[in-house]
Amino acid sequence: MARYLARRLLQIIPVFFGATFLIYAAVYSIPGDPIRALAGDRPLPASTIEALRDEFNLDDPLPVQYAKYIAGLFRGDFGQSFRGREVSEILRQRFPVTIRLGLLAFAIEVVIGLLAGLLAGLRRGSFLDNLVLVSTTFVISIPIFVLGFVAQLVLGVRFGLLPVAGLREGWVSYVLPAMVLGSVSLAYAARLTRTSLVENLRADYVRTATAKGMPRRRVVGRHALRNSLIPVVTFLGVDLGALMGGAIITEGIFNIPGIGREVFVAVRGQEGTIVVGIVTALVMIFIFSTLLVDILYAFLDPRIRYE
Amino acid sequence: MATDLNGRPRTDGEPLLRVEGLVKHFPLTQGIVFRKQIGAVQAVDGISFELRRGETLGLVGESGCGKSTVAKTLLRLEEPTAGHAYFQGKDIFALGKRELRALRRDIQIVFQDPYASLNPRMTVGDIITEPWEIHSDVVPKDQRDARVSDLLRRVGLNPDDRNRYPHQFSGGQRQRIGIARALTLNPDVIICDEPVSALDVSVQAQVMNLLEEIQDEFGIAFVFIAHDLSVVRHISDRVAVMYLGRIVEIGDEKDIYERPTHPYTQALLSAVPIPDPDIEAGRDRIVLEGDVPSPANPPSGCRFRTRCWKAEDICAEEDPALIDRFGHGHPSACHFAEIREVVTS
Repeated sequence: MARYLARRLLQIIPVFFGATFLIYAAVYSIPGDPIRALAGDRPLPASTIEALRDEFNLDDPLPVQYAKYIAGLFRGDFGQSFRGREVSEILRQRFPVTIRLGLLAFAIEVVIGLLAGLLAGLRRGSFLDNLVLVSTTFVISIPIFVLGFVAQLVLGVRFGLLPVAGLREGWVSYVLPAMVLGSVSLAYAARLTRTSLVENLRADYVRTATAKGMPRRRVVGRHALRNSLIPVVTFLGVDLGALMGGAIITEGIFNIPGIGREVFVAVRGQEGTIVVGIVTALVMIFIFSTLLVDILYAFLDPRIRYE
Repeated sequence: MATDLNGRPRTDGEPLLRVEGLVKHFPLTQGIVFRKQIGAVQAVDGISFELRRGETLGLVGESGCGKSTVAKTLLRLEEPTAGHAYFQGKDIFALGKRELRALRRDIQIVFQDPYASLNPRMTVGDIITEPWEIHSDVVPKDQRDARVSDLLRRVGLNPDDRNRYPHQFSGGQRQRIGIARALTLNPDVIICDEPVSALDVSVQAQVMNLLEEIQDEFGIAFVFIAHDLSVVRHISDRVAVMYLGRIVEIGDEKDIYERPTHPYTQALLSAVPIPDPDIEAGRDRIVLEGDVPSPANPPSGCRFRTRCWKAEDICAEEDPALIDRFGHGHPSACHFAEIREVVTS
């Protein structure tokens, strides 16, 4: 296990460099001049442009720019935006918002998704099962912004149950966006749980357990359910990383100052340092959440051994 | 005299298990919102047999003839459509939840696929001891460890294997685990649902011998389901031949193998390969034409008539009863039953 862990942690190094370089190169190759865009209609004096280009290493070739950025990163310097904001400061401000939103969405996904999948799987072919199947297909096939606006309109404006947008009302403000953000994952989680449970309930070892004289509750809980959760946990783990990555559209609709909206603005302004800083942090979150899933796997399934 | 795990003598006499007119139909439905039944797959259609203490009844037939369905309904893993099955005088099909749990102590099953029938997330020890968590009076708590070791040793495994997981064993070893598991509750009957057909031939013999030893030692009755006639002959005292949900012939192992009277049994036996090439070349073989008809729409009258070389008009009109036609105590369901010796090894 220790060796496996060490190997997995070492794998982070190439992934880190690969991901940061790709993002950096992508931002570098966006057409247009970020400095000129900074000033809007009024042209900047040539000397100012010169000074700014020099400060942000914009005249260097791509590999050199990237190397200078990475060197800064290792000194703990995430760099500055063109407007003079510290990227580390932006991360500090924006990330907690996104993490709160992501965790709440994740909680909704796990609780409702698993429960729906479980009930549907246990009563295959019932009204409830069909309801779950139809409603999840419905949610999956609707674009998220439609879902977002409808939720705002119905729950927020018409019935006034929840705050429509923004974060002024504390944690309640997160509920509606988290529901919308988690809805699609919830639908997938419910379907996955259902399918997996149905499959396992038919398995021979479940029949063995019944033949042993185990009560139904125990057959389901101990034998079928635990085995059917393996694929679900994989999905949830990867999805946790995705939810933490911020949701550009959801944060946009609900006017939430999280990482997603920040990235969107930064890409438009060609703020390479911000984009790369945020994306690097996201890549790290993703790597660690998948690592966590793989470790969890070994506990869920004794057939998997990391040696 | 054979004794069981608790030293109780097992006596002959009154049949342990008596099945009468067992029927299992799986409904075929159509429509999504308004579901209606348009027919039924007649997996098992009126089967009767008896099982005495300590004996082995072999149940043979082609794939899809309903053998496994019989096994599952006897354990109530599937609910029967009709019929009765009396175990020590009690009708299994009429038992309530609590009685059913008690029944599962007396009738156990060994499944066909040793790879699928053991929970991959439980250790061998957990798999074997789990039944005692429900049936806690079978073995006192302080003796359980020793009993697990005994059981593992009895089926030819190492007592230290209890901490390992099923995937760490070979197919034959897994089937041994399945057998140890079936023995934990000290049953009177074990239903072996094709217990060796997933195994290599060499391993088959070992597992068969193990089953026989266990039967001799504990006096357990077996219902032994298989499609391999030589495997069934090896272990059975009596044999029932099934075709399309019915028993077509039933009798002692010698009656069935040496004096078969039903054309289907004769055809099956003539297809068993004989290892001696001289005998093999010289014997005549009965080759059946066509396929097994669909159990959703079986032929009228005798179900075998569509593939039978003896079929006449009466076979389509009248369903031949499973009755003793020669006074040998060896019933056969054929209007034209006759003894025909088929050369077998």
